[in-house]
Amino acid sequence: MMKANSKMKITQKMKTDPMSYLSNMEKIESDVFEKVLSMVSNYDAEQYKAHDVAYALSKDRLDPSDFAALLSPAAKPYLEEMAQKSKTLTHKHFGNSVQLFTPLYISNYCENHCVYCGFNCKNKIKRGKLSLEEIRIELKTISETGLKEILLLTGESRQKSDIQYIGEAIKIAKTYFSTIGIEIYPLNSDEYRYLHECGADFVSVYQETYNLEKYESVHLSGPKRVFPYRFHAQERALMGGMYGVSFGALLGLDDFRKDAFATGMHAYWIQRKYPSAEIAFSLPRIRPYINHEEKQTHGVGEVELFQVMLAYKLFMPYAGITISTRENAHFRDHTVGVCATKISAGVVVGVGGHVEEVKGDEQFEISDPRSVAEIHSMILLKGLQPVYSNHIALGGFNTGDDR
Amino acid sequence: MKDKLIIGGHEFNSRFILGSGKFSLDMTDAVIQNGGVEMATIAVRRANKNGEANIIDFMPKGITLLPNTSGARSAEEAVRIARLARELGCGNFIKVEVIRDSKYLMPDNYETLRATEALAKEGFIVMPYMYPDLNVARDLVSSGAAAVMPLGAPIGSNKGLLTKAFIEMLIDEIELPVIVDAGIGKPSQACEAMEIGCAAVMANTAIATAKDVALMATAFKLAIESGRAAYLAGLGRVLERRGEASSPLTGFLGEIL
Repeated sequence: MMKANSKMKITQKMKTDPMSYLSNMEKIESDVFEKVLSMVSNYDAEQYKAHDVAYALSKDRLDPSDFAALLSPAAKPYLEEMAQKSKTLTHKHFGNSVQLFTPLYISNYCENHCVYCGFNCKNKIKRGKLSLEEIRIELKTISETGLKEILLLTGESRQKSDIQYIGEAIKIAKTYFSTIGIEIYPLNSDEYRYLHECGADFVSVYQETYNLEKYESVHLSGPKRVFPYRFHAQERALMGGMYGVSFGALLGLDDFRKDAFATGMHAYWIQRKYPSAEIAFSLPRIRPYINHEEKQTHGVGEVELFQVMLAYKLFMPYAGITISTRENAHFRDHTVGVCATKISAGVVVGVGGHVEEVKGDEQFEISDPRSVAEIHSMILLKGLQPVYSNHIALGGFNTGDDR
Repeated sequence: MKDKLIIGGHEFNSRFILGSGKFSLDMTDAVIQNGGVEMATIAVRRANKNGEANIIDFMPKGITLLPNTSGARSAEEAVRIARLARELGCGNFIKVEVIRDSKYLMPDNYETLRATEALAKEGFIVMPYMYPDLNVARDLVSSGAAAVMPLGAPIGSNKGLLTKAFIEMLIDEIELPVIVDAGIGKPSQACEAMEIGCAAVMANTAIATAKDVALMATAFKLAIESGRAAYLAGLGRVLERRGEASSPLTGFLGEIL
């Protein structure tokens, strides 16, 4: 009985239009959405041939069609050349620097039903939320590893982890860290401004897929189902004074080439509109073995993942690329300095867990459990420079003349 | 021969200013020694007091620190970063960098001018990084700058003196040291900058991206010294700029003279 009932509920919710905003969601004037989606709808990875890739590789300043070619299957034989060029560009723009950070999950409550995600609200997992005191202890412990950059994460629940709560967590983080990023549910611009004033400067929001039909079919319920509100999150964050924004699609959810192209174009148009914004990419992927055979075409192996990273770097060499602990040590060690510019270390993806046992289950399994000291040594061994501090938070509440 | 670089009343024997952001910290000392460097920039945002990989800890004693305001997007932010530099004990020099462009990292001359004015009033020795615009350079002088630092080419591009004609205007018209900052990719380009009369050259990427970083620092030192000597010797006076053997246009005056 219960089962049938909840099924009906889902069916009803599937009828909500993913293009309609909920009443509390801010609408902004922006043509970025149309620009990106029209380019993506015209993108056909198969139309690019070897000579398009060779041409793109011969240029210093790449345009969107070059980027498209580098993402295409035709670029596969050019991977080494792409990697060589990417390494040079990474060195040119970032020098030897590799930034270190770690995430801290402060809550894993979630209101969304996303079929691919371990945090989804229908999944029976251990839920938890850190108290402010627990957050302080976790952050203090993390800071003792030497890290100066923290990424605060929550599941997407405005009820269980509201703006005030996240704001307080940021204020605590500010006493231990020089760089604070957030990866939480999308906000309105005034809410981003508030969190910026609390001390956060960087915002990550992942669109998962830019294919509306697919998006609708995997986000069954919850506010996340509203596609354009999520799309415009980076822009609202910048309107709220944030310093940098990060982009990413969950590669493998849909056609990864199309989604990677969309992600790049999203970043491209945002950068043009907000030239001072720091742009970064993350590349979460669905592991091929999770998918069934009929989804093989969407499979994103390490080769494909590397190709996407290189294409991002060649297209926007000044943008940062973060390499996740979802990837194994071997892959991470070989991408850092070639295209990746930022790497997490000492990662726990459960809620809390740096001091005491985790209070909530993790969103995904990590593949690289190395400590900060171990990642530090690896970077040095590669002849690169681990960087702990590379940012000064200027947006806090005490922005006035403090002399 | 006494040929000192003087910035804000401080004397330097070396005209090679090192940017430090792009190479590994453990190379700092070798680069500074080989390059004969007396002044090196540090990004205040890279300072990590009492922490890991603190860039300031890697600077040898006796070097003059030139903290920069990288990360600032407005004059106000630059001023706040400069004050932080002072609190960190980095001295009174400040290189003003105000950049509102994450793609090309082009300096914003307007905000740079405002920051320079504010910081000079606070007693800083201000060295603004700028796009070489003569009018702005004049305004920087009257705002209290201690030097001007025009870019030779887009930062990190290693393209050399793309803005040469405009830098030459600054050299001719500005009473302060003109220091080329950004774009210098090879010792020969550093030499060229010195030959045309730049007071010093700043470089980072060119050295950081070399195969042998320490040796490249030596190469830059020699090139800068060579270019300076050529400038002092009067480059091209005999060979290019004036007719030498005869006076075809005034010779007819011979009988009068």
